[in-house]
Formats: sequence, structure tokens, C-alpha cells
Amino acid sequence: MSAIGLSFVDWLIIAVYFGFVIGIGFYLKKFTKNENDFFLAGRKNSSWVAGLAFLSANLGALEILGMTGNTFKYGMFVAHFYWIGAIPAMLFLGIYMMPFYYSGRIKSVPGYLKLRFDERTRVLNGIAFAIMTLLVSGINLYAMALVLHTFFGWSWHVSMWASALTVAVYVTLSGLMSAIFTEIIQFFLIWFGLFLVSVLGLIELGGIHQIMAKIPASFNTLWSTSGNPSQNGMMITWGGIALGLGFVLSFGYWTTDFLVVQRAFSAKDLRSARFAPIIASFFKMAIPFIVILAGLIALVLANDPKTGFHLLSDSGHINYDSAFPLLIARYYPVGLVGLGVTALLAGFMAGQAGNVSAFNTVWTYDIYKSIINKNASEAHLLWMGRVATIVGIIISLGTAYWAMSFPSIMDYMQAIFSWVNAPLFATMLLGMFVVWITPAGAFWGLITGMVSSILMYLAVKFSWISLSLITLSSPASDMAANFWRAWWAWLICFVVTIVISLFTKKKPKEELVGLVKGLTKENLNENVAFFKRPEFLALISLIILILLNIYFW
Amino acid sequence: MRPIWYFVGLILSIMGAIIELNGIYLLFYPSADKKVLSYLHPDIWWGGVMIIMGIIFILRNKDVKIL
Repeated sequence: MSAIGLSFVDWLIIAVYFGFVIGIGFYLKKFTKNENDFFLAGRKNSSWVAGLAFLSANLGALEILGMTGNTFKYGMFVAHFYWIGAIPAMLFLGIYMMPFYYSGRIKSVPGYLKLRFDERTRVLNGIAFAIMTLLVSGINLYAMALVLHTFFGWSWHVSMWASALTVAVYVTLSGLMSAIFTEIIQFFLIWFGLFLVSVLGLIELGGIHQIMAKIPASFNTLWSTSGNPSQNGMMITWGGIALGLGFVLSFGYWTTDFLVVQRAFSAKDLRSARFAPIIASFFKMAIPFIVILAGLIALVLANDPKTGFHLLSDSGHINYDSAFPLLIARYYPVGLVGLGVTALLAGFMAGQAGNVSAFNTVWTYDIYKSIINKNASEAHLLWMGRVATIVGIIISLGTAYWAMSFPSIMDYMQAIFSWVNAPLFATMLLGMFVVWITPAGAFWGLITGMVSSILMYLAVKFSWISLSLITLSSPASDMAANFWRAWWAWLICFVVTIVISLFTKKKPKEELVGLVKGLTKENLNENVAFFKRPEFLALISLIILILLNIYFW
Repeated sequence: MRPIWYFVGLILSIMGAIIELNGIYLLFYPSADKKVLSYLHPDIWWGGVMIIMGIIFILRNKDVKIL
């Protein structure tokens, strides 16, 4: 496997980035005076800042490399992750859920569970989220080192420690504020650093129609081959896409995962917080023009022996993640290679910072203050947030080394989301929209949902049951299994929560004001022209989503 | 505090300038390692786009301060 070499100019660009983000950490430290500044970036961000940070927290380099590789493997169906698998949920968060989150002036998603239900549901979710965040953070760190080692020949240890220390410095100095600043810089670097690959690929191959014409039908459509799983690259039916990805996984992630929702919490007022995910939805819809297009370009190039383009392979297995770095190596001259690598590095580091800043908030408020030190002062919590940042980074490094010696834990990463987020979405949905859901119903429903998701994963992994029992069709890919498992975990949590709520003690309605539909102020747009309302922008976003789906049907 | 957009402008301008200058250098002293479509000199025009965008962000935010 050959490494892509970097010149002095490429290294200079990488050095500028590292110097810049550390400098921003020091610059912002003088504005980080209290816990609100550290954990919620002072709650003074505009809807644009909160919206781009909301999107960027999810836009990691692992996702870019992985989704480009997945497009090579599964075809256009991967675009579902960006369109039906994201946009409806983002709009739903902005329009319907944000008022309940924001009105409670909570600092975290588990904080909402405490107000709506009780302390034990908050702690359960807080611990599950903290473990998930550190696992994902560590595995991301390992994946970054793997990419840098494979494609650029960098040392594992130097890659992991250099990026972990940089993130530790700027997040410890100014918390969520610096995490958001670097996420927005990462957003621009990803567009400027990676979109050019798609532009040059389009020029070389003669445009989008030429590319589509050279790809088999099972790879260049979104829905028309979803009736039969054997006819599409992802081996899934439209039901699995709509229920598993479009509903449960998407809503579970975009509306309840604190890593992304925390960015919207940093907005200066409810109106800005509602706009944040809606603004982000437009940019989310555009990302396939980087990742999906690059995957299709790689596919066309690899199918034509005259181009000399082929993916790397490890011991006979195709390395799909190599698609994007190889396109960079194909098109980018010196200087632009440095920009492309910096964009990937920025993506990895912003993902790391996102996980750590979400972890330090949940640890400080939902575990430490909730269980260990209930009377902690504001200054003490600020100190604890900084300590949690450093400890979180150290644990992430430990997880990364663990992943290095036991690479199969990478397989668990996708599954982790369906263990924690899928059932949580059922709890949140019922909690926000049904007044009579009880604390006991939420707690036991959440536990049952999480345990059932883990059991389903293990049952298929160790062949205790057939995969087709989960996916309702055969053949089925691992991706199809993830979608369907998320759906069943959500359904189990949903049903158990309702059944137990029917027989257990309800919370008094006066304690639920502002937290549940029907007990919260409904008219949020008094005296605002219709075209300035979040609902109007959401409608435009929805129309674009529908048009994209029809165009690529 | 300066807004984030100011810093976005700074980093785009600096990186764009490095890429632009290097692209001009490669125009006169071409690299032996030819890339596909290198005759289009993507570094020169892409570096230029980054500089222009960066300057727009800086100028629009140079006097802006947020609380």
C-alpha cells in the first residue's frame, strides 16, 4: 500500500491550521468567564453560527471517507443518509421539539429527562451517553490514525497524540465556544478542501449525465430499485429505509443526540435555536455533492481500466475508505494536497472536540452534580468541566489504543448509535407529546429498548437467530440490519413505555408546563411575517428535499 | 469578541495565498509529478477563490464585535 507524499507547502498549510485552532483557544479563553460560557458558549450565538456548528458536529472526516467508500460499495442509496435520513428529523427538531428543549433552559438532553420524568431516567441516559461518546471519540481517534498511517505513512502514536493534545488544549481553555469556532472553520475547510475533487471529477468524466450513464441501474437510483432488495446495492427495501433510517435512526440521532443538539442550545434565543437545524438542513442536503459524487466518480474511474484508478486493498479486501484520498492524490497538486489533508484532519479533530465538549457537559451536570456533588458551586462546576475534558481525552486515547489492538470494535460503532439513540427517541417523542406518560414508564421503556437493541445485535452476530428475522427480507446487508434493529428497538421502547405508563403514577400537570405539548405556549410567531418564520424556511427545505428525491428517483 | 466569520476569513485568505503563490511558482517551474487535469492549474484559480472569499469575510466583519 503506497503512501501519499506531502511537500513543504502541504506541511505549511497543516501547520497554519494547528496554529490557528490553538490560537483561537487562547483568544477565546478571556471571554470564558463562567460555566454558561464554557458549557453553552454563553448562549449568544446567532442562528447561522449555531446552525453551521449543529451540522459540522456531525460532519466528521470518518463520515466523509466512510460515506464516499459506501457510495462506491452501495451506490446512490447512500444519499438517503443525507436526505430522508436527516432532513425531516432536522426540520422536526426546529419546528416541534426545540421549544420544549429551549424553554426549560436545560444544559443537556438528559437534563430534559430529569425535568420531564425523574432523576433516574436522566442518570441512565447520562451514563449511556457518556460511555457512547467516549467510545465513539476513541474509535474516531483510532480511525484518524489509521487513515493518516495508511495514506500518508504517518506514525500512529504521533497522529493520535498530536490531535488529542491540540483538542485538549483548545476545549479545556474555552469549552463549547472554541469547539463551535473550530467546527465552523472545519465546515469551510471541508467545502474548500474537498469539493474541488467533485468539480475536477465532473470535468474529467464529462458531467453528471456521463457519470450516471456509466453506472449500473442498481447503483444510480434512489428509490426505483427499493422494491426488491436483490436489485439495489444496499440490499434493502424501501420499508427499511423509511422506518429504520428515515424515521428511527435519523430522528433518534438528530433530535436527541446531545452532541448535535447542544449546538442549537447555544443559540441566543428560542427563535435562533429553532432556525439553527433548519438552516443546517440546506447544507446537509448539499453534502452529497461532495461525498456521493466523489464515490460515483471513483466508481466510474475504477470500472475503466484505461484510467489507471483502483482502490487500495488490504490482504485481498478492497479498502473502500481509500476512494477519497486516492481522488485527492489523482487531482490535487502540491498545496491543494495539504488543503485536502487539512480538511480531513479538521474533520477528525472537530469530531473529537464535539464528543469531548458534549461529554464534559453531561458528566458535569448529569452525573457529577446529579449524583456525586449536588451542592457544587458554579466555579467548581467550571473547574470540573475542564477536568472532565482532560480526563475524557485521556480515556479516548485509551479507547483508541484498545481499538488498535482489537480492530473489530470498529464494527460496533454503527451499532452503538442504535443501542442508545433509537430507544431514546421513543422516550423523547412520548415525553414531549403525550402528557400521561409516567416517569416509571419512561425509565423501564428506555432500559427495555436499549437492552433489546443490544440483544438483537448479539443474536445476529453470534448466529443465535437468522438476520432475515430482523430485516424481514433476504438477502440483507449489515446496513439493512442496522436500520431494522433500530426500528424494532424504538418500537419495543415505545410500546413498553405506554403500557407501563397506563399503570403507574403520573406527574402533576403543573410540573410539566413548558415541557409537553398542550401545556406549553403554542404561538411562537406572534407579529412575525410568514416569510420570516422558521416554518416557512422549513417548508422550502422540504420542497427541495422532495425535488431531489424525484430527480434522482 | 470578534465573530467567527472574521477568523474564517483569515484562515481562508492565508491558506488561499499559500496555494495561489505555490500555484504561480508551479506555473513557471512545473512539477515532474503531473496530476490529472494539471493543465487547468486548479491551484491558481481555487487559491484565488479562497482569497476572494476570505477577504469578503474579513471586510464584512472587521469592525463587528459581539458581546
